[in-house]
Amino acid sequence: MNSAGFRSLSRAIFLGFIRDRTALFFSILFPVIFLLFFGSIFKSSATPKVKVLEVGQASLLDQARAASHGELGKVLAVTRTANLGYALSQVRKGGDAAAVQQQGSTLTVHYSAADQTTAGVVQSIFASIVQQADETASGHPAVYRLSAQQVEDKSLKGIQYVTPGLLGWAIASGATFGAAITLVTWRQNKLLRRLRLAPVRIGTVVTARIGVSLLVALVQMAIFLAIASTSYFGLKLSSAWWMSIPLVACGTLAFMSIGLLVGSFAKTQQSATAIANLIILPMAFLGGAFIPLDFAPAWIRAASYAMPLRYLVNGMLNVMARGQPATSALPAIGILLGFAAVLTLISVRAFRWDEI
Amino acid sequence: MKDLRKNYPDVHAVDGVSFEVAQGEFFGILGPNGAGKTTTLEIIEGLREADSGEVTLLGLRPWPRNPRLLPRIGVQLQATSFFERLTVREQIRTFASLYGLPAEAADRMLDVVGLTDRAGARTEALSGGQAQRLSIACALVHRPEVIFMDEPTSGLDPQARRNLWDLLRQINARGHTVVLTTHYMDEAETLCDRVAIMDGGKILKLGAPAALVRDLNSPVRITIESGILPPAEIARLRQDAEVRDDGVSLTIATRDPSPVLVRLAELGALSGLRVRGATLEDLFLELTGREYRA
Repeated sequence: MNSAGFRSLSRAIFLGFIRDRTALFFSILFPVIFLLFFGSIFKSSATPKVKVLEVGQASLLDQARAASHGELGKVLAVTRTANLGYALSQVRKGGDAAAVQQQGSTLTVHYSAADQTTAGVVQSIFASIVQQADETASGHPAVYRLSAQQVEDKSLKGIQYVTPGLLGWAIASGATFGAAITLVTWRQNKLLRRLRLAPVRIGTVVTARIGVSLLVALVQMAIFLAIASTSYFGLKLSSAWWMSIPLVACGTLAFMSIGLLVGSFAKTQQSATAIANLIILPMAFLGGAFIPLDFAPAWIRAASYAMPLRYLVNGMLNVMARGQPATSALPAIGILLGFAAVLTLISVRAFRWDEI
Repeated sequence: MKDLRKNYPDVHAVDGVSFEVAQGEFFGILGPNGAGKTTTLEIIEGLREADSGEVTLLGLRPWPRNPRLLPRIGVQLQATSFFERLTVREQIRTFASLYGLPAEAADRMLDVVGLTDRAGARTEALSGGQAQRLSIACALVHRPEVIFMDEPTSGLDPQARRNLWDLLRQINARGHTVVLTTHYMDEAETLCDRVAIMDGGKILKLGAPAALVRDLNSPVRITIESGILPPAEIARLRQDAEVRDDGVSLTIATRDPSPVLVRLAELGALSGLRVRGATLEDLFLELTGREYRA
């Protein structure tokens, strides 16, 4: 490989990219705006507290709160009221999850079945409060104990989902558009033909283009992580987060191969942009970039397996947020590389040097 | 090249074309749009494969892509093919490095085409003539033995064209063999040592422009001011020449201009004299007809 040629080609492509304000906006600034926006929305709604009205005095509840050293306060927000009628109407309207009343040794929980999830949470919280009080009173510790553990890390807040999802989308669109637009523009302005007439290997040209895309992807990643890790958003990276670097690299290759295929068929920049959007946008919704798959309907989760974006996003989520080991990213890396290989082979067959 | 053929569905784009270009020659390929000029050039450059026939360029075969040949040829393409958003200097330095040449070689070539003062400008901001000069500089930066140009002056204003002609003559004078296509006859006539006139994928005529025009044996047109020649003289001239008077000029078309010119000089009737021989354009139109092309 002619290394001076490689360096100057990379430089030329890189300069062409950073001087293109539109490309810069859509690949760097636009995703960051999304991150700021979604990050702010999901920040407040991390784990909503269950709002409970305490009617009169419920000593069992008060004792349980005191004994839990604030743990219960993370789940329950308790407001006192003296008026049962007001409390019941609040529950009925859905403003509060439950109204609690204690008469002697009976704790009465008034709840609404309108929101079944909240109803279940309320019942289980108070069942466990009563059970614990019972154990304390009788002096017999329970023989059986249920230990419930949430599968996600305790700190899995909105930002932990939003960051890998939006980063995946940013990488995917950057790589797809980069490859497609370059190919179409160079074919249209005959630069492709000019390069074919220069003693430079096609491999050198392709490698230079990939190199610039990889660099852009890593810059995107650095910016994303820097913003999400600020104390405002509070992203906490788990130990194997560095594995998202090879994931991003392989994702870039996979999506460049999509761009290559688009560029092989599209004749103008406009049609290349349209086709690339048609592929990337639905994929962002179905592949877990915009809607976290954990919360997505079953059909989206099923569809996501066909989306290369799923493996990039999910792989990053595993190593960045879920605290999974580095090796957990390997299947995703394999799938992304395999995808890139297959699409590149198809593109090579569809490749045209010239219009006509 | 020998008996070159290239067929597309329904068209014989190049149909048995043969010619040879000597080292240091300035060779032109003329023809109306769709005559097969560009295709011919592309086959010689190695961008297309001929269906049949044989092409040898500097003793080598251009097809398939021949990396040993590429550094020895320079190609200026019809469109100005540049990297987007680079300055003039960055552009030519990039091309220079593809040929393993240092930045100084690029800067020198920029000087040759007179673009040093525009070196810091983006290529998108160049005028048509400047962009064309830059694309020629990019094609010449590695000092190729042969340079191919496809309609290098199309779309330029008269000043830019003359300017570019000077540059092309300079390049040729430095020993580069130049092969160009054009549909400007005056361009071919002033620049080319030899031209090939093509149409319908075939070469119709091949030779030095002056010789081709002479072979056409068309009448010379002598024009003087109207009204200075006595009617009796006009009647005498009509015997062996075609005479037309449009009220402004009197035009005498003859294949034997010497006696007519002598007679006019004797009569002192040379006011507004213009003598126009046949041009390459006359030959071209005679060969290719006047109907519109694609």
